[in-house]
Amino acid sequence: MYQALNNLDRRWIFLVMAIVVAVPIITQWSFPEKVSKQTRDAYAEVERLQPGDRVLLALDFDPASAGELSPMATSFVYHCATRGAKIYFMSLWPVGPQLIEESIAKVLKPDFPDMRYGHDYVNLGYKSGYEGVIKVIITDLKKLYTTDHRGSGINSIPMMAGVESVQDMDLVISVSAGYAGAKEWVMYAKTAYPDKFNFIAGCTGVQAPPLLPYIPNQMPGLVAAIKGAAEYEKLMAEQYGLEDQPKYKEGLRRMGSQMFAHILMVMLILLGNVLFFMGRKEARR
Amino acid sequence: MKRETLIWSIIMIGGLLILGVRFAMMGGFGKVYVREVPVNFVQVERPEVAEDGTETGESETVWVAGGSPEEAAAGAVRTGSPSVNWTKREAALPKQFNAREPGVIFSLRDTIGTWFAAFLTLSLFSFLYRDNAFYKLAESIFIGVSAAYWMVVGFWSVIVPNVFGSLAPNFVRSWAMPGLEATEPDYMYVVPLILGVMLLWRLAPRGGWISRWPLALFIGVFAGLRMIQFIQADFLNQVRNSVVPFVATEGGRIDFGTSIWNIVSVLGTLACLTYFFFSFEHKGTVGKIARVGTWILMITFGAMFGYTVMGRIALLTGRLEFLFIDWLWLIDPTGTRATASLISTLTG
Repeated sequence: MYQALNNLDRRWIFLVMAIVVAVPIITQWSFPEKVSKQTRDAYAEVERLQPGDRVLLALDFDPASAGELSPMATSFVYHCATRGAKIYFMSLWPVGPQLIEESIAKVLKPDFPDMRYGHDYVNLGYKSGYEGVIKVIITDLKKLYTTDHRGSGINSIPMMAGVESVQDMDLVISVSAGYAGAKEWVMYAKTAYPDKFNFIAGCTGVQAPPLLPYIPNQMPGLVAAIKGAAEYEKLMAEQYGLEDQPKYKEGLRRMGSQMFAHILMVMLILLGNVLFFMGRKEARR
Repeated sequence: MKRETLIWSIIMIGGLLILGVRFAMMGGFGKVYVREVPVNFVQVERPEVAEDGTETGESETVWVAGGSPEEAAAGAVRTGSPSVNWTKREAALPKQFNAREPGVIFSLRDTIGTWFAAFLTLSLFSFLYRDNAFYKLAESIFIGVSAAYWMVVGFWSVIVPNVFGSLAPNFVRSWAMPGLEATEPDYMYVVPLILGVMLLWRLAPRGGWISRWPLALFIGVFAGLRMIQFIQADFLNQVRNSVVPFVATEGGRIDFGTSIWNIVSVLGTLACLTYFFFSFEHKGTVGKIARVGTWILMITFGAMFGYTVMGRIALLTGRLEFLFIDWLWLIDPTGTRATASLISTLTG
């Protein structure tokens, strides 16, 4: 047994992991979520928005991270639209504009047909330059964004009237997969102008630990990883009656796989340790 | 045949058989439907309106959607210019196609895209078995497409509207971006243009050193920016965030939870800092505190590992959902198809 486990082909572990992740998806198992303080605080920041408030929603990720971040992006878009905010989409990642269009097609067009492009929401698109982009638009947005993603002149877009820089926003939200993302928004925007606008972020699991020290002074709330997305969806479902809207429960659906995959990981770690100590005992003999 | 190869071959053939059964039981899958929406724009001449809503007395010529309130507005008159028509394709659901909604058609192009995406996903997963030609193909396609995409996006989102659009706005308007606003040329943008050309000089057979000058400038600028923001955001603010009361109160009463949190947070920070303090040998009291710091660092690394696992599993879940929902139509959690999914058929 010891020898068999010690020489186990790692591909069996991959196969077991695939099954453990796939079965909850197929059977659509999900579990109740307990909402953390950091997610609740992020939710409260969006909840504070008043009709007509301006929200800069930076979708700083690409399809590689969409599995983890698109549920929270969908939730943020729905929540901001429900609050009647004007949404300014942008991205520091080249594929971001396509993901923005996807969010618009998924949330705003079917569920908020009265919202008009250019009046209630706009896709400013992508600009290269990483944190350089934030550094410029924090004082002069129109210097860099001369057109929107569709090529319309920035001043011809009605909702751009009165917007000179990011400082004119009421809330900035970064849905971030890495560099450039939430950390750069904290460093170059929120810390530099702490009293001008509120800032919250949603991020991947890998990014969450380095962002936690910014809570609560530089960032009141954080939606961390798919767990945070599921918690956010739970809050939205409770408040806005979205229990029967499966597209706003993507994160909750994915938590079933998470639970079983984590149980498997814990078991594998324990098994690995047992094998390690057994091997050491064998070597001493 | 080796035992291991036999087992894996059985798994592969089993997967293909499930696909075959799936096709036989439920008919087609992996199909994509679109709605064809005709778009019509007409040119009208209308009174120009200032930002404050008053008419300026001038007239403007604009393109508006045919049949829209803008076309029917008082004072708007069609010009002699012919209308512009095209057909827009929007994503549609299979159930809309099954209900024979007008304009919804089967899209061969998008269906091929879904099948190709599924093929690439499976090709990348195949690396878990062993390195192979399908994996190499998918990897090469990804690298090639990414590089080209970055280049094209960079050109159309920055170089055309910002650099060329600032140097020759009228030319860019007439050639590429009619929406760009008419402004006076800003010749300051010659400087970044020259720096950009110098940066590309490293591709030339001679004079590669020229590219080092703009590179040095960029490194210097970004190092300076980063340092200032780091001191402000990560150093000074983090020091400030660490100054918290050991006895926290709320409503005149001691908040024990927050107090313990603050004490652990401050002492943990000091212990970790002690671990990185190398001016004294880690012996005696300093050694014990440094050891506590090591334990706290280990707990932090464990938390980071846990978050990383969660992230990677979420990515796998996303890909499997694509395969099961969009490609194989095994499940239908969002109710996009009127017909029953395979799983709902099997489970009744």
